[in-house]
Amino acid sequence: MKKIELLYWEGCPSHPEALELLRTVLAERGIALEVDVREVHTDAEAEVLRFPGSPTIRIDGRDVDPAGADGHPSLSCRIYHVEDGRVSPVPSRKQLEDALQ
Amino acid sequence: MSLALQEKAPSFALPGVDGNEHTLDSYDDADVLVLIQSCNHCPYVQAWEGRMKSIQRDYADRSVRIVALNSNDPSRSPDDSFEEMVARAASQGFNFDYLYDRDQSVAGALGAERTPEVFVFDRNRKLVYHGAIDDNRDDRKAERHYLREALDAVLAGDAPPITDTPAVGCTVKWRQ
Repeated sequence: MKKIELLYWEGCPSHPEALELLRTVLAERGIALEVDVREVHTDAEAEVLRFPGSPTIRIDGRDVDPAGADGHPSLSCRIYHVEDGRVSPVPSRKQLEDALQ
Repeated sequence: MSLALQEKAPSFALPGVDGNEHTLDSYDDADVLVLIQSCNHCPYVQAWEGRMKSIQRDYADRSVRIVALNSNDPSRSPDDSFEEMVARAASQGFNFDYLYDRDQSVAGALGAERTPEVFVFDRNRKLVYHGAIDDNRDDRKAERHYLREALDAVLAGDAPPITDTPAVGCTVKWRQ
């Protein structure tokens, strides 16, 4: 594992929670890599970065929720469908753990 | 700047997903009118939608009407077009009116900033509560049920115990 990045848009309030959860899961697994936190400012940037909504977390370029990775690039809040069938604005712990395996 | 407490509800005439036009006066029979700035695409709205239905169901026979408004610019948020509103209301079985504020005038008059964002109006259509539905997007973790507490108080002739809370959710997608 070489790179962990979290992309966010300031207009969506979910990224601090996602970052905290991500750092917790990394610490639990003894992964010392820094999270590269990057703000997406414009629709044009969202297009270039293939940013399907905030927050988006990629590990070595792979989205932690591949099912939502190809969503239309936009400055919006991203929807995560988590294990119990609920909708969440942040990925679940399990999605992060699975992505880190 | 959102509407201040005790200010009157803005007038409106908006199309609903039921194919009818709805005005503020359409809800004259309700003792309490709850306007919720809403939309389709937002995960926070989707997380709270079930509770919006539950609250409407639980308070329907107590003269409370919930009305959801979508004001988002569909050019910025394609899932929030009127056609998508009709589809979502049907697929989710909405038991409340869902209106399209195409020109964003009602959202502007309310001073809405987020979705979902609640505005509760009493019998005189004065604002008595503004903010969140409850204190957690995960219904299993919610401890303070602000909207229900406000409704119970207003229906009892009292002021809500809490009148203003921060709405947590997506931003309203204003036309640019």
